Amino acid sequence: MVKKISSLADLELIAKEYGERMSAYEHQILVCAGAGCISCGCGAVRDTVRSTLSELGLDNKAIVKETGCMGTCAVGPVMLLLPERIFYVGLTPENIPSLLKAHFVDGKVVEERTFFDPIQKKYIPGMDDIPFYKEQVRIVLRNCGIVEYGQIESYIADGGGYRAAHKALTSMTPGEVVGEVKASGLRGRGGGGFPTGQKWEAGLNAAGDRKYLVCNADEGDPGAFMDRSVIEGDPHNVIEGMIIGGYAIGATRGFVYIRAEYPIAVERLSAAIAEARDYGLLGDNLFGTDFSFDLEIRIGAGAFVCGEETALMASIEGQRGEPRQKPPFPFQAGLFGKPTIINNVETYANIPSIIDGGAAKFASIGTEKAKGTKVFALAGNIITSGIVEVPIGTKMEDIIYKIGGGILNGKKFKAAQVGGPSGGCITSDNVDVPMDYETLIARSAMMGSGGLIVMDEDTCMVDTARFFLDFVQDESCGKCTACRLGTKRMLEILQRITRGKGRMDDLDTLMELAETVRDSAMCGLGQTSPNPVLSTLRFFREEYEAHVIDKKCPAGVCVHLLSYSINPEKCKGCSACARACPVEAIVGELKKPYVIDRTICVKCGNCMTVCKFGAIVKE
Amino acid sequence: MSETRQECRFCAGGCGEQAKYAELDTVIESYKDREGCLIMVLHAAQEIFGYLPIELQTYIADKLMIPLSEVYGVVSFYSFFSMKECGKHTLRVCLGTACYVRGGMRLIEHIKEKLNVEVGGTTADKTFTFEVARCIGACGLAPAIMIDDEVYKHVTPKYLDEILAGY
Ligand SMILES: Cc1cc2nc3c(=O)[nH]c(=O)nc-3n(C[C@H](O)[C@H](O)[C@H](O)COP(=O)(O)O)c2cc1C
Ligand code: FES
Repeated sequence: MVKKISSLADLELIAKEYGERMSAYEHQILVCAGAGCISCGCGAVRDTVRSTLSELGLDNKAIVKETGCMGTCAVGPVMLLLPERIFYVGLTPENIPSLLKAHFVDGKVVEERTFFDPIQKKYIPGMDDIPFYKEQVRIVLRNCGIVEYGQIESYIADGGGYRAAHKALTSMTPGEVVGEVKASGLRGRGGGGFPTGQKWEAGLNAAGDRKYLVCNADEGDPGAFMDRSVIEGDPHNVIEGMIIGGYAIGATRGFVYIRAEYPIAVERLSAAIAEARDYGLLGDNLFGTDFSFDLEIRIGAGAFVCGEETALMASIEGQRGEPRQKPPFPFQAGLFGKPTIINNVETYANIPSIIDGGAAKFASIGTEKAKGTKVFALAGNIITSGIVEVPIGTKMEDIIYKIGGGILNGKKFKAAQVGGPSGGCITSDNVDVPMDYETLIARSAMMGSGGLIVMDEDTCMVDTARFFLDFVQDESCGKCTACRLGTKRMLEILQRITRGKGRMDDLDTLMELAETVRDSAMCGLGQTSPNPVLSTLRFFREEYEAHVIDKKCPAGVCVHLLSYSINPEKCKGCSACARACPVEAIVGELKKPYVIDRTICVKCGNCMTVCKFGAIVKE
Repeated sequence: MSETRQECRFCAGGCGEQAKYAELDTVIESYKDREGCLIMVLHAAQEIFGYLPIELQTYIADKLMIPLSEVYGVVSFYSFFSMKECGKHTLRVCLGTACYVRGGMRLIEHIKEKLNVEVGGTTADKTFTFEVARCIGACGLAPAIMIDDEVYKHVTPKYLDEILAGY
């Protein structure tokens, strides 16, 4: 049984003791145990680090800590050595022993296992010199990759944790907390960008004997994984943000709704909640005040629409996750009919820093209308995919090129999808767009939750629009007609176009349907579902026309519109393609150019893969 | 999490029905007084029994004293719940945006051919139930697949063969 924390002195004692325990070691080895690194086997890496240390007789010189995601998921598993701040990547149980020996025994930095910067084309051993990190500003992620997610002492010591909750509960009134959040200019990070302080004020003023606080960790946007990294890497930060939120609005109970696809997040947050409870940071009379607060996790069951707040609350209540009309707004009648405030994971993760450092400091970052930072999940055809946090208003090109290192395989940038299935695409003409709520909307995209998918020249935009529509059509809950039938009809048209059966009037019908669905669907899912179609139609109309009029897919993606042929100038007549063809569509004589019979060809692309002379033409 | 599963909860026949119902009863008991616990109970039931046949739904409805229609309504709404018997492992290929852009479709075709199974179906030997996921949050590692709780990154058809051979 641990001692309950009831004062600042208790927190400081824990920090001091933890600090002393750590300072007994000359080195700390932080091994990333983010989801990305876990799936590349960081568990085995960690074990090998431990066993190698003891073989080298270094157990009492270096301690191994397991942290959350360091962000560079593409090159995992990774580890950071302190105090020298050398960052090693691409670790395996095989390369660990020689690496540790070279580093600790021979005192040499093993360059070829450090981060390779694709722009400067050289290895960069020091974490702080790597552009991926240098260009970031970390508030939400300040502890990710630094504290041990499974140790509340580490959060208290390394992360300065629970000081903000102590400050709010013991020296501020709920009104003052709300005032501070308002002054910070924080806006919700779940997509809509609604001012958080204003929402909390409504929660505080709502009449009711019982109020609820909910954390939205559904993160349904396919292509987003920020919230997951925050929960898995720094769960106590979210818990602390929620304690402060509960105090501000007068809620004694909170729920965290996590999607079922994130078992590790559920596991780590459950452990952190239990830890906080043991230390008296959740439960009755926190910090000796008369404020009590506790948290419960609820797990989703695979429905995208449950990210929408009214659907999410229905799901917590154990019902079908169907959205309902607003008003009444959740702060009026939410969960179980009681006033409820619901915020996104990242929103809560900002709160401790705001209370701790003050609103003014937070408000000094960002743009005039949106303060602070935004975490983006950088993925797709990009070199360094991973999690990045930048001041709101940072230019997209800086994120893609300076932080992400540019496009994979030397290809050309075509577009980036921001805001997931509710968002739109940003083209190369617009890639200098500052990433803030208003400017993105003005360019037919939206901030959304922070998914940023980079697409190269080989991506077909019509097919991308079809992909997103297929997603929303599948996820439409079916309650309102506009969304249920509208998305279905739009999908049918797009399928027809990608199969080469499109007609010119399809484009007008598509426009008309898109506008109708946007204006008449009941919830955000339906209202935003036409966005990918509208934005691709606006920026890539010629690509649609190529599909409809010329029956060609310029990017070479839509299988029905492709045809393969052999360039007789390049063909050496080696017969490799003919042997690889599964349907014997390629015929010819050795040492003479071969030909493809298009009536038989199934467009599998095998011939193209095997041809050594680049003689196969796809168009 | 995965450890408890391997012991017995997911096993296809080792432990008798009775033991499973007893386990479910304990779960229901622990949740009974909490509002809106149906989904959590269904999660537990699916983990214990592997799927949610109508008899099991009736049992849960009786225990929680709610109409069967409500239980069925919830089970049929959420894609995570299955009313069909599943294979020993759930194989989910991600077709989220990142994985789609980086070749998730190729994996789908490959599995269909290799395991002779359609999306949503179970292989003849009941080893795998094959499903498509909409983003499993491993976009930085696209294309990704998930077998039970295990995520595999940068999967190619060749690598997929190696992974499947391990099950
Ligand atoms: C279809 C749909 C899906 C959504 N998915 C999420 C989600 O995954 N996570 C999230 O935080 N908000 C999501 N939202 C937004 C929520 O409804 C809500 O606005 C948000 O959780 C409020 O938190 P915030 O003010 O902190 O942004 C979604 C909205 C819609 C319409
Ligand atoms: S798109 Fe596949 S993990 Fe996100």
